[in-house]
Amino acid sequence: MTTTIRFRLNGKPATLQTDGDRILLWVLRGDLGLTGAKYGCGIGECGACTVLVDRGAVLACQTPVQLVEGRDVVTIEGLASNGRLHPLQEAFVEQGALQCGYCTPGMILSACALLKKDPHPSRDAIVRGMEGNLCRCGAHQRIVAAIEAASKKAGA
Amino acid sequence: MSGAARLDRRRFLQLAGGGVAVFFGVGPSAFFAQERRGYPDDFNAYLLVGRDGRVTVFSGKIEMGQGVTTSLAQMAAEELGVSVGSVEMVLGDTDRCPWDAGTYGSQTTRMFGPALRTAAAEARLVLLGLAARKLGVPRERLSVADGVVSVTGDAKRRVTYGELADGKKIARAVGEKAVLRSVSEFQVMGRSPKRIDAPDKVTGRARYSGDFRPEGMLCARLLRPPAHGATRRSVDVTAAQKMPGVTVVERDDLVAVLHADPDAAGRALELVRADWNTPEATVDDQTIFEHLVRAGGPPQEKDSRGDLAAGRAGSARVFETTFRKGYVAHAPMEPHAAVAEPRGGRFTVWASTQTPFPTRDRVAKALGVDADKVRVIVPYVGGGFGGKSADLQAIEAARLAQITGRPVQVAWTREEEFFYDRFDPAAVVEIASGLDGAGRITFWDCTVHAAGERGATPTYDIPNLRLRSTGRMSYGDSSGSGGLHPFATGPWRAPGANMNAFAMESQVDVMAAAAGVDPLEFRLRNTKDARMRAVLEAAGKAFGWKPGKGPSGQGRAVACSVDAGSYDALVAQVRVDARDGTVRVERIVCAQDMGTVVNPEGAALQMEGSITMGLGYTFSEELRFRGGDILDRNFKTYALPRFSRVPAIETVLVKNDALPPQGGGEPAIVATGAVIANAVFDATGARVLRLPLTPERVLEAIAAAKKAG
Repeated sequence: MTTTIRFRLNGKPATLQTDGDRILLWVLRGDLGLTGAKYGCGIGECGACTVLVDRGAVLACQTPVQLVEGRDVVTIEGLASNGRLHPLQEAFVEQGALQCGYCTPGMILSACALLKKDPHPSRDAIVRGMEGNLCRCGAHQRIVAAIEAASKKAGA
Repeated sequence: MSGAARLDRRRFLQLAGGGVAVFFGVGPSAFFAQERRGYPDDFNAYLLVGRDGRVTVFSGKIEMGQGVTTSLAQMAAEELGVSVGSVEMVLGDTDRCPWDAGTYGSQTTRMFGPALRTAAAEARLVLLGLAARKLGVPRERLSVADGVVSVTGDAKRRVTYGELADGKKIARAVGEKAVLRSVSEFQVMGRSPKRIDAPDKVTGRARYSGDFRPEGMLCARLLRPPAHGATRRSVDVTAAQKMPGVTVVERDDLVAVLHADPDAAGRALELVRADWNTPEATVDDQTIFEHLVRAGGPPQEKDSRGDLAAGRAGSARVFETTFRKGYVAHAPMEPHAAVAEPRGGRFTVWASTQTPFPTRDRVAKALGVDADKVRVIVPYVGGGFGGKSADLQAIEAARLAQITGRPVQVAWTREEEFFYDRFDPAAVVEIASGLDGAGRITFWDCTVHAAGERGATPTYDIPNLRLRSTGRMSYGDSSGSGGLHPFATGPWRAPGANMNAFAMESQVDVMAAAAGVDPLEFRLRNTKDARMRAVLEAAGKAFGWKPGKGPSGQGRAVACSVDAGSYDALVAQVRVDARDGTVRVERIVCAQDMGTVVNPEGAALQMEGSITMGLGYTFSEELRFRGGDILDRNFKTYALPRFSRVPAIETVLVKNDALPPQGGGEPAIVATGAVIANAVFDATGARVLRLPLTPERVLEAIAAAKKAG
């Protein structure tokens, strides 16, 4: 059933007229043209679709769009501010923490939520926090290093 | 713009707006003469220095994460004398790039790289010739830095590449004069600039095939059989047709529902009713090994030397072991996706494939149109590992676009990705080998079933040897294997070599322990190959190896391999919980000799990635199936390595500048299973002979070792 959904998207107000049961991932990728969030498994096992809702990590492939009503949604396209990369984005570039890049948006946003809860996590805490995100290219070691590096920078 | 004629040199230069172009080819082209019809046959890549001084390389290779966008740009920049930033790579576009067979087998750097460097060196010669005339000095007095040619010792007399190329229409084939820069002269190669693709990939700007959304695009979901080999008895699409916004296509084998929203298309697919004839399952993941040995046909001899019988007779001890491994999925994070757009009598297809040109031909054939009516564009590919050499999704999208007249996306679900994967085949390897009294290997008799021979020839000095193989490695659907496999198999990162190294290096470890010799020392004692000795010694040194015979109880081990021209030695440290059979890898050191290193960080990343991916086939990845029915269809039951599984991985590049660059995308994965299995033995005295090393198999092996005393 079509409803009106109002929320903030990458810092700006957004309004959607759509069926509230539709899956957030397809609304982002289709209706809103934000293709940074990726489909990987459709069952919440890989984390490629991760976006931030009220600064917490949410699996967009498991989320009906009506749940973002009144909330603040950030996708990878909205993470850089005023043309400046977020410290995590910088750290991923700096550490070479990616290969094919398909899991990267989800990795960065999961890490973002992790650092929000725990600004200076131990290595173990990073590993635990990132356990839900799969990377097939095997960039894990550098992803952990990138998150550590970003956590040491102010503003992460 | 259509027709292959556009790709001749003159047309190419016209289209490019002039400049200095060098055309080059890789290897003998006759082999592919049939496939490349319509494209010039004397080159398969070009490099252009434009009037803005920028360098563009056009190649049918693709970027799937392995970093070639950066490493190839480095090679071109080095030989031309420009910065990496001024080189643009145009990859995998069949309208803009010349014909290429595809990206696989760690060939891009090894085979394509030297040709690209030669072309860039040729372009530099041409530009230096132009500069010599312009500046009125002989070419020998000129030097190049960052795209600026100046008179040596008189830097004010200068001219830029852009000024030299402006207004020119020079097309050259690679000549004989160009001399490559030596390693000591390198300014761009041998360094590690940041990945060129990284900024796109951290911001979401990087586009993959499924991210292209032409106006009016429909998302398709296709009716799939419940199992491989199943045939359709009937189908009823009435209910799906009634759903608003749904287009149903029913054409021969193709039954699809299309909707602007992929989820709605998925719901429509659930309304399609179909009945199937599914053949009785004759094999499953437990009985497959017996089947492979039986059905593989008589062994074909692949290699032999010396006299096996004499070797066996002269052995103090003989060892016979059988190793097994199940089917493994590629499982790239990006499932196969394609978008096909019909426009003006042509079809543009964005597709995740490692083989843009063969894909173009297969799409054209499926559509019944000439190949020049199809343009395949391969944008960023979200992982391939050999699994994107097929392109069913591109053919499906193109056919649906042709039928509906609309742009169509076919983006496979994870379940489809598993179902249609061309799996790394299950395999059995039988090895008999012997030792003399001095701890030297006397003979080696190996039969590989279904894994192929890659990496099966021992890297040791063995006087008497036989290597045989059954059940040829099939690349394609299951029919290509003569019914050996119940579904399709294909190349998987270092095809067959992982299994062959697991078997070989386990067997060598068995012998080292039996001889009571330190396993690192045992390997050195049995090989005079200088490159192998160098990586073994480097890995041991970096690890801090302390000699001792196995099993030492420390949980450390070594294994080595040769693949794609590169040599690797791995040392692993594991901890085994003997109560529950779980294994924790704490540390892996990898020493690799890959010849001249183009990008050390990129090489290290490929080594780390290889080893991390290898943890999957080592510990958890083994497809469950019953006949043609794939039982594991998502990550809930088919477990890839997660963060908590990944140890500290240390990489060492063993310097070998005398050798041109060798393969880097595959070699380090090859001995990963072997080194961990050997480390489990060193920790427990128990040898697991079947991959993956599940806790159950580790416990069984421990129990068996205890029983054997």
